[in-house]
Formats: sequence, structure tokens, C-alpha cells
Amino acid sequence: MRRKHQRTALLAMAVIGIGTAAALTLAALQDNLLFFYGPGEIEAQHLVAGQRFRLGGLVVDGSIRRLDDGLTITFDVTDTVETVSVVYVGPVPDLFAEGQGVIANGMLDRDGVFQADELLAKHDENYMPPEVAERLERAGHPTQ
Amino acid sequence: MIPELGHFALALALALALVQATVPLVGAARGRTPWMMTARPAALGQFAAIALAFLALTYVHVVSDFTVLNVVENSHSAKPMLYKVTGVWGNHEGSMLLWVLILALFGATVALFGNGLPDTLRARVLAVQGMIGAGFLAFMLVTSNPFLRIAGIPPFDGQDLNPLLQDPGLAFHPPFLYFGYVGFSMAFSFAVAALIEGRVDAAWARWVRPWTLAAWIGLTLGIAMGSWWAYYELGWGGWWFWDPVENASLMPWLAGTALLHSAIVVEKRDALKSWTILLAILTFALSLLGTFLVRSGALTSVHAFAVDPDRGIFILVLIVATVGGALALYAWRAPTLAPGGLFRPVSREGALVLNNLLLTTATATVLIGTLYPLMLEAVGDDRVSVGLPYFEATIVPLMIPLIAAMAVGPLLAWKRADLAGALGRLGAAAGFGVVVLLAVLYWTDAAPVMALAGLALAAWAIVGSLVELAERIRLFRIPPMASLRRAVGLPGGAWGLVLAHAGLGIAVAGMVASTAFLQERIVVLQPGDTTEIAGYGVTYDGVEEVDGPNYSAERAHMTIRRGGDTIAVMEPEKRFYPVTRMATTEAAIRTTWLADLYIALGDPQPGGGTGRTVRLYHHPLVPWIWIGALVMSLGGLASLADRRLRVAVTARRTRLAAQPAE
Repeated sequence: MRRKHQRTALLAMAVIGIGTAAALTLAALQDNLLFFYGPGEIEAQHLVAGQRFRLGGLVVDGSIRRLDDGLTITFDVTDTVETVSVVYVGPVPDLFAEGQGVIANGMLDRDGVFQADELLAKHDENYMPPEVAERLERAGHPTQ
Repeated sequence: MIPELGHFALALALALALVQATVPLVGAARGRTPWMMTARPAALGQFAAIALAFLALTYVHVVSDFTVLNVVENSHSAKPMLYKVTGVWGNHEGSMLLWVLILALFGATVALFGNGLPDTLRARVLAVQGMIGAGFLAFMLVTSNPFLRIAGIPPFDGQDLNPLLQDPGLAFHPPFLYFGYVGFSMAFSFAVAALIEGRVDAAWARWVRPWTLAAWIGLTLGIAMGSWWAYYELGWGGWWFWDPVENASLMPWLAGTALLHSAIVVEKRDALKSWTILLAILTFALSLLGTFLVRSGALTSVHAFAVDPDRGIFILVLIVATVGGALALYAWRAPTLAPGGLFRPVSREGALVLNNLLLTTATATVLIGTLYPLMLEAVGDDRVSVGLPYFEATIVPLMIPLIAAMAVGPLLAWKRADLAGALGRLGAAAGFGVVVLLAVLYWTDAAPVMALAGLALAAWAIVGSLVELAERIRLFRIPPMASLRRAVGLPGGAWGLVLAHAGLGIAVAGMVASTAFLQERIVVLQPGDTTEIAGYGVTYDGVEEVDGPNYSAERAHMTIRRGGDTIAVMEPEKRFYPVTRMATTEAAIRTTWLADLYIALGDPQPGGGTGRTVRLYHHPLVPWIWIGALVMSLGGLASLADRRLRVAVTARRTRLAAQPAE
């Protein structure tokens, strides 16, 4: 086997490998990106029922309610201008509380209620997810 | 006084690092031995100075000296002693100090044990280590000094460490992880030194191998510990979240694994030299990137406690200088490296190339998935997240051929090999894979196809590596005692291969089974209520209040029954840390080594009811993930103990001594 052949074979393997990986990566990125929006952007982004995204904002004071089954909770998320209602089934993270920043993954239902399947609030009580802080500032309320 | 001493020691270390970075390099270029010899005392002195600084910081943490800002922000007088010590690296400044300490430790070991290396190579390796050290010491002194005193009157007590970090699993996770990250600096320094020397040969590969192996073992254990911590501490029962910080440690691991394999080709066949050098540079570049992502706070994560743009920019400049400089040197010098041995695509070399292609491609896909949200945010306004589905869709298809080929590769001959023959010898592995497939089909009602394939593949990998071992000791072909003698006499490297490959197979079995056959139940239980999961009856008896050293906890009492007999009592806790006003969930886990029963206590019901939300999980084979990682690390250790790595060095030394100096 000559050096040239070896190089060609290696190159061919590399091209096939990288090509496959690039195709897989692009396909995966296209299908699996989750965009982040604040409550005020839902209308502007034409988000419709069934479209998955991440909703971020502050949990409105006094809005957390637990339904009788003990597992379902409802609360409102606000960017201080617009507000969206959220429904979530399951235990909440340790740091989930009223007045704190929260990120919820899920989708809107036909009534415009956000059906969350995951809640993220894993930071300390002074911390606000940067996305949430940015959205609040954009809505005209500088944080600190 | 002690903090000032530590501060001074850091400045002294920087001065020594600067000497180490320049004088030996000039000496090597000019052929001046005394100049080259300064590398050794400089490296040892730098290590001693940083160790002194580290001891000083440990001291102020242990005695809770609240005149030091770092202690105020991250400690509390009531914190248990273990976490006062581990809290030293549980914050940004202290963790950077640990980083440079390990860097200097690696430099000092070369200075002490690198007698077998040619003088110029050792001088250059230490000089490159000195440059990295100088960069990061300057970073510490300018932006992240842990010894700053508090202005004004010191507070009565500290603000305590993030309670999530007050845990034995996480306490020792950073030292291992950093040992891995920073250990790859040795491969990097050897690569840069080889580029300066213009020579890469089998001896070079043997010299780099122990450092790369040591780093790889540390990183493997560090990642496993982090994932174990996430599993039992975060209370969600997951063991890998594709969090950017987890990815930051996975990328150097993937690239470092590729490096270990390509270095074998350099060592045995003198081929793939240029590629191996590039891989060594890239592996350390990914370690630096990991440091940047974690320390700059560029990504949203529980680890990103440094939200300070200055630090981010400083580290970014360091990365650009280090990696950019090395790559420029590579572009300039790599073409001068003599090409090595030829081989056919179907050969041991070919299999190792395949391994490298798959591992580097996997590294690239993780990199894209991790950085894509940052790039999108930089060019536009969109905030996105790339989660589990992306990584599953890209990594799984790459891992399948990797693991399938892993069993075949070691059975192939160098240069050109007989693929059919190798496959024929793997009959036992294939047979075992089919048995596992049928067994899973029999015991589960409807297993997903991917789970079946994954478990069969894991069985193939485990038995495949045992086949390799059986071949080496000629099991069943010679008397058993003779086989045993052969096994004892087998070189460490051969054991390393078998253990590392089998370990990966074990870990894959754990990952697949715990993902595919997970049972989850979320219920509200009143005291006395019983629920059932995976054949276990779980009775909730109530909660009691308990007090810890710096927290108060609610501890639930759960009685576990199986077939009418009480087999265990599990006590999941919910802890509250008053100083940081944070709550943590301490899950209770009962393992049979084949499966874990996992119980996490949730919130009380509103209105003062006695019911509690309780989460129960049944994870089949989940302990195998960490057992597998442990077996892989043992493989690394066996390989590290290989006598050939040392004998070769001494043989080389005698040969070199006989030659006149350049």
C-alpha cells in the first residue's frame, strides 16, 4: 500500500465521518432547539398552542395555588408588564417561590395557559437567571 | 499575617514561573546547559510557593478568619470541619488556586522524575508549563485574589457555602476534575516542546503516555463523581443533564481518550505523529475552554459563581494566546515531522484511526451543542437552549459504531489484518450479546429497540474485552495454571486495555438500562399510606424534625416491604440552611447493585395538612455507570503501572548518555 493510497483512504474515512456527523448535528439542532421567551413576547412571536418553548419571568406574589390532588400547581409568570398562567404537575424545585425568577419548559394550550413539564429554579435566592433579568429590563424594569 | 503570607507566596510563584518560562527556553535554543538546568529549581520553587499559598488559604478557612473576604463569602463558623477544608476550593478564587497548584504539581513531578528525558526536551516542557502557570497566576493576582482583606469592620460571621456544595461527593469532585483538566497541560507542553525540537518519535510517545494516562484517570473519576453527586443530591434521579458544565468536562475526556489511543500508534508504529500533536494541543484547549465556560459565568449554571466579565475576558485572552500560539507553531513546524509507517485500512492502526474519528466527531458535536446558544445570542437576540434531545440524536449514533468496533480493534494485527478472523474469534461475544437480547425481551414486556441494541452492544463490549484477555493468556488452550501464570505476567498495558474497555461496556449497560427501564412515581402520601413501585411496598410513617450542625431538617420515615417482609427503612430528608436560606433535598437510596430504589421527600401540603409529595424512582443497573467508570480508571492505573513505560525511559537514558550532546 502506497503512501498516497493510505492518505486517500484516511481522507475518505474522515470525509464520510465528518459528513455524517455534520448531517446528524444539523438535523438534531433544527429539531431540538428550545427558544426562550418572556410573557410579553408570546404575541409578537406568534407562538401557537403546541409549540414548545421556555418561558421565563418572575412568579407573581400570591399566585401559587395547589390543586386538591396535591400534585398540580398553578401560578402566574410575569415580566412586570404581561402575565401568563402556568400549570405544572409534580414536585417543584427546592428554590421555587413567589417573587423569584423561574424558567419553565413546555407549551401553551388552546386557552393560552402554559402547560409546563419542567421547572428550573436551581439558583440561590439572590440569583436571577440572566435570561429573566434581560427580559425584565427589556420590559422597562431594570433589576438592581 | 497568614493571608499576607499567602498573597506574597503567590506573587513569588509568579516570579518563579516567569523565570521558568523564559530562561530554560533560551538555554535550550542556545545549548547552554546551566540555563536549561534552572527549569528544575524554578518548577520546584513554584510548586512550593503555591503549596504555601494553598496552606495559607486552608488555614484562614479552618480558623474562620472573617477579616478575609473569601472566608466571609463562603464560610460560616458553624460549618462542619470537612466543608471548611473543602470549601477552600468551593469558590471561584480558591478553585483557581487549586488549579494552579495542580499545574505546578505536574511541573514539579517532571522536574523530579524526568531524569530519563533529554535535557533540551525537559527544559522546553518545563518552560511551556511555566508559561501556562505564569498566565494563570497573573489571572489570580489581578482578578481573583483569594487573600483580599475585608474593608472596614469584619462581620461577626460568614455567609456560608452554597449548601448544594456541602456534600462529600462534590467536595472531592473538583480536585479530581482539575487533576484531569490540568494534567492534559503535560500532553500540551510535551507537544509544544516536540514541535520546537522538530522531532516526534516512539520514545516521545512513551514519555507523554504516563502524564496523559494520569490526567485521563483523574478526569474519568472526576466526571463520575460529579454525575453521582447530581444523581443523589439534586433529587431528580437523573445522572447526566447535558448541562454546559458537564459538557465542559466531557469534551476534554473524549479528546483525551482519542489522544491516548493515537499516542499508541505513534509509540508502536511511528505513524499519526502530526495528528497526535494536534490532538494533544486540542485536548488542553478544551480543558481551558472548560475552565473559561465555568469560571466566566458565560453560561447559566449552578457552577458559574463568577459572574464577572473581567475574569471572562482575561481567561479568554489566556486561551487565545496559549492555543493560538501552539496552533501557529503547529502550522509552522508540523510539516517538518517525518511521516511514519504505512498501514492498510483494516489493521490495528486503522481501528485506532476509526476510534479517533468517532471520538473527535463526538467532541465536535458536544462542542457545537454547548456553544451554539452562546453564538446565537452573540449575533442576535435569541436565547435558546440545546438539551437532551440534541445530544441523544448526535452522540448515540456515534457511540454505537465506537463500541461495536472496540471489541474488534484489539484483535486486529498491526499493518494489515484479517477482519474475518478477528470476527470469528469474537463468536463468544456475539453469542453473549444475543443471549442478553433474548433475556431482556423475555423479562420486559416491551423494551424499546434502542434499549435492546444498547444492552446487547454492552454485552458484546464486555465479553469482547474478555475474549481479548483469553487470547492473551491462551485460556483453554494451555493448562489453566499456565494461563494463570501468563495472566500474572501480562504487561500492565494489556490489563489496562481489557479493564478500560470492559468498564466502558459496564457503564453503557448502566446508562441504557437506567434510561430505558426507569420507573417513576410521584404521589401524595398521608402518614400510614402505602404505595408500590417495582414490586416494593413503601409505607410513609411520618416526618420528624432533626437538627444538623448548620441546618435543620425534616426526616421522613419510610418502611420498605417486599412480599410481606420488612426489608429496609429509608429516611429521605429535606434540609434547610438558615444562613443562605436555601433548602436541599437529600434523597434516600437503597441499592442492590442491580437496581436502586430512590426516594425523595417533597413539600408539605398547603394549609398544614400532614400529606407529603413523595417521588419514588426505580433505576435498574444505575450503579453500573459508576462501577464502570471505576473499572475504567483501574484500567488506566494498570496501564500506568506498566513496567515498559519506565524501562523504556531508562534504556533510552543509557543510550543517550553514550551519544555526544547535540
